[in-house]
Amino acid sequence: MNTAIASRVDAAWAVLHTVLDPEVPAVSVCDLGIVREVIDHDDGLEIVLTPTYSGCPATEAIEHDVLAAIEKAGLGRARATLRRAPAWSSDWISEEGRARLNAYGIAPPAHLTPEAAAGTAVPIRLFGRIAGGERIACPRCASERTERLSAFGSTACKALYRCLACREPFEHFKPI
Amino acid sequence: MQASIELNRTPAVQYLLRIGDTCLVLAQRLGEWCGHAPVLEEDIAMANIALDLVGQARALLTHAGKLEGAGYEHDEDQLAYLRDERDYFNLTLVELPRGDFAFAVVRNTMVATLLKLLWQRLAASSDAEVAAIAGKAVKEARYHQQHSGDWVVRLGDGTDESRRRTEKALKQLWLYMPELFESDAVDAQASASGLGPAWSELREPWLAEMQQVLDAAGLAMPQETAFRSTGKQGVHSEHMGYILAEMQHLQRSYPGGVW
Repeated sequence: MNTAIASRVDAAWAVLHTVLDPEVPAVSVCDLGIVREVIDHDDGLEIVLTPTYSGCPATEAIEHDVLAAIEKAGLGRARATLRRAPAWSSDWISEEGRARLNAYGIAPPAHLTPEAAAGTAVPIRLFGRIAGGERIACPRCASERTERLSAFGSTACKALYRCLACREPFEHFKPI
Repeated sequence: MQASIELNRTPAVQYLLRIGDTCLVLAQRLGEWCGHAPVLEEDIAMANIALDLVGQARALLTHAGKLEGAGYEHDEDQLAYLRDERDYFNLTLVELPRGDFAFAVVRNTMVATLLKLLWQRLAASSDAEVAAIAGKAVKEARYHQQHSGDWVVRLGDGTDESRRRTEKALKQLWLYMPELFESDAVDAQASASGLGPAWSELREPWLAEMQQVLDAAGLAMPQETAFRSTGKQGVHSEHMGYILAEMQHLQRSYPGGVW
């Protein structure tokens, strides 16, 4: 086995695990499932990224941060490519990532139902402020007595909630 | 002053720009709500929906530019900022002035429902890039539809004043509904090549989903009239020139200017 090549890809992954998401600096871009693959080419490393939302303004910043980290680690030439398909899903967030989000005060997304994951035949769901069905646990006190304040939050990937038990507002990473 | 580009108006390019321009122009209208929505949460919602739409428009305009072929190949910025009015193919519905909040949520519901159905079908496009863009966008459109549909219910089933305004908005906007499902050669070509569905095929599921929202809001679906708007053909309302002037003036006055 050519350990030099294997170790370059491994070393790149180790570096990428330290690159934090610019909008949610509690988790790395690997924890979020944005880094899909690291490929060792003759002319350098290729880092394959899948953006979370079509209009996410952090996409370019992430590309920049990833390449800067690889360069700083002395891993040679690298380029970032965007892969749109399959589309990013919150199911790609790692268990460690979910735990870190929760510790940071952001309620992690629930895992998708098979229908939602397939993206087919999801009926329109009209809901009020207290979300029907899904219970979002407060990341501070773990109470499930919570209500949604705002369908959209400080970034495209989050919604705003409040806990009715400890009265604290918190953000929820939306399941998509 | 930067001159206009010459667009290669092939059926495939027009088909993609109908969707891309609809996203782009609605995003511009939603951006006008920034700082003006009735509550902070909805201010954020309008801007977030606009952001998703801009992202979708960027992907589609970039791809449309590639499909233009040799000798054209415009990038997303050239397509967004340097076309003449007749080379924009968005639905007339999205260029109408921003209106009041009821008008905004009814329009968002109509457009998000259309885009959701369209993206669902485009996920199976014969063009792999279009299918990839659609696979992402359908999740976003679904959330937009839920959010704006929720507001139609809240306003329609709210106070006398909110109901009056929602009914008025629905009646105004419904005039522009038939255009969504008009058939023509661009659609026929896209359907034949597998690029995407003829929009006329989306009419029945669209009406069924709108009926569901209107029923929950206690609102009656308006009657369809004989009026036909023609934005998809590049022939726009009197409002289009003004919105383009606002969108384009920086790139026209300072060609190639960047942040």
